[in-house]
Amino acid sequence: MQKLPVSTGTIVVWALLLSAPFWVNYTGGYTELCTRIVVLGLAAMSLNFLLGYTGVLSFGHAAYFGLGAYGTAMTMKYLVESTPAALVVGVLVGTIAAAVIGPLITRLRGVYFAMCTIAFGQVFYFIAFQWRDVTGGDDGLSAWHREPLHFGFATIDILSNNKAFYYFVLVFFALAVAAMAFILRSPFGRTLLAIRENERRARFLGIPVDRHIWMSWVISCGFVSLAGALYALLNDFVDPRALRWDQSGTFVIMAVLGGMRSFWGPLVGAAIFIVLQDYISSHTENWMSFVGLIFVVVVLFFPRGVLGIVRRKLMS
Amino acid sequence: MSQLLLFNVFNGLIIGAFYALMALGLSLIMNLSGVINFAHGGFVAIGAYLAYTISPYVGFWGALLISPILTAGIGLIVERILIRPLYGRDPLYSLLLTFGLAFIIEDATRVIWGAQGLQYQIPNWLQRPLSSQLFFLTGYRVFMVVMVAVIVAGLFFILTYTRLGLRIRAGTLDLETVSVLGVNVRVLRNLNFGLGIYLAGLAGVLAAGMLGLQPTIGDSLIMPSFISIIIGGLGSLPGTLLGGLLIGVASGITTVFLPQASEAVIYVMMAAVLLVRPRGLFGEEGRF
Repeated sequence: MQKLPVSTGTIVVWALLLSAPFWVNYTGGYTELCTRIVVLGLAAMSLNFLLGYTGVLSFGHAAYFGLGAYGTAMTMKYLVESTPAALVVGVLVGTIAAAVIGPLITRLRGVYFAMCTIAFGQVFYFIAFQWRDVTGGDDGLSAWHREPLHFGFATIDILSNNKAFYYFVLVFFALAVAAMAFILRSPFGRTLLAIRENERRARFLGIPVDRHIWMSWVISCGFVSLAGALYALLNDFVDPRALRWDQSGTFVIMAVLGGMRSFWGPLVGAAIFIVLQDYISSHTENWMSFVGLIFVVVVLFFPRGVLGIVRRKLMS
Repeated sequence: MSQLLLFNVFNGLIIGAFYALMALGLSLIMNLSGVINFAHGGFVAIGAYLAYTISPYVGFWGALLISPILTAGIGLIVERILIRPLYGRDPLYSLLLTFGLAFIIEDATRVIWGAQGLQYQIPNWLQRPLSSQLFFLTGYRVFMVVMVAVIVAGLFFILTYTRLGLRIRAGTLDLETVSVLGVNVRVLRNLNFGLGIYLAGLAGVLAAGMLGLQPTIGDSLIMPSFISIIIGGLGSLPGTLLGGLLIGVASGITTVFLPQASEAVIYVMMAAVLLVRPRGLFGEEGRF
């Protein structure tokens, strides 16, 4: 069983995250790219809560990511122009949807579970795609933007100041990640690991496996909808592609690429994936082939992921 | 009204036949190898475009015969090189691999044949309506339904009466025992994959004649195919067939009364089946 974050790894990750806006420009990147990495890294880590730590194969997380994004965007556009309120609505929408759909699928396992999560994910894609009047259909939901944060004593301009928005996102990232780490260390988290390692045995020990998987599913989807909400704020825009099944696949490949048996793996995977994607799409129109190639190469040659390989090297 | 209903039921039957054709291929591969082939839609596109390319030389009927076989050939190679190393590993990996493959195939068809839609020529006599009253009943539509029926009958014949089919069915139940009995499981899986891809290629050729050609031609078909399998029950081919026809007709009927919901209704059906009978209509208990 692996150790949860304490190590030098965690310190390195946080040092890099906190200082990123100050050195990223020298490496040819930009602050917005960092924000993307943190947001999608959070999505991949949330997915990994289910995938890596509960051992349940979800291929439909984009649905809850997208619901978070749409919830936030629609609140901003139609209800109140308040960033915190929109975030709360986004997270609630995603989490409640997951909680309702959960009981239908948490009885299933393996590929069957994966297939049903994909299929249910597509429901929301179709709704967003076809309900033009409300969701903007294929064109997405635009003509709104995130609002600066007003505290009684100060205003933080997260709208036009990229660095401020980066740290705004990082705060939520920190809270979510800390919560996940805390849950994974708790007896509940240990139970999830037990289910991953040997479901039948966990069942014999009297653990209500389906209910635990449902809880893990809801927690995971809740965090992923937070990531989606932040994603909508990042782009000041949301379109149905955020809900589509290829987005789900992207989260999974991020987790695998970084190493799904390690806590920070998915973040590392997200960073590598996004930087590669950014680089490739600015150089060729056929970025889809290259993204596909990343999938194939990772599966065939790096199934343990970057951190998995690093850990192995350190052990030997 | 009744004619409208009839039209949409028939239309739904055709669409359902497509779903079933694709879903049967997916189901074959999933049952024996435990691989969800996301790239199935890509193989549909390959079948369609190959038919487009060769039909000027071999004609419509030649393309209908040859293109699915070529597609199956590509499938055999893909299985041999990319998917075989993944058997016995976490199903996650084969999923991701076919996922990436779907991207690559879509992009490749776009590069080779262009992003714009293309027209696929079908024989003139097939385009004509069969009767003036039932205007929607063109020869091609009837031909497609017959074609799918023949292919499905052929598939079930192969599975029931040939040695290969017997081994595929046996392998679905217990691959290890089949292997111990001296069957080369690698070859079996390879052929089975090819058979599934053959069905995808055929669906592509038939779809090309009705919908025209687009790189994303398989995209709109793959989700309903998944749902056909879920409704019919994993592990059951007759279930898959029924599931496909069922959702096709259901969405056809819904089109008459509530056009916006024609797509949504199949997801509602899936939710209902999962709620009442998680293993699907004909699925075996405890398989998943």
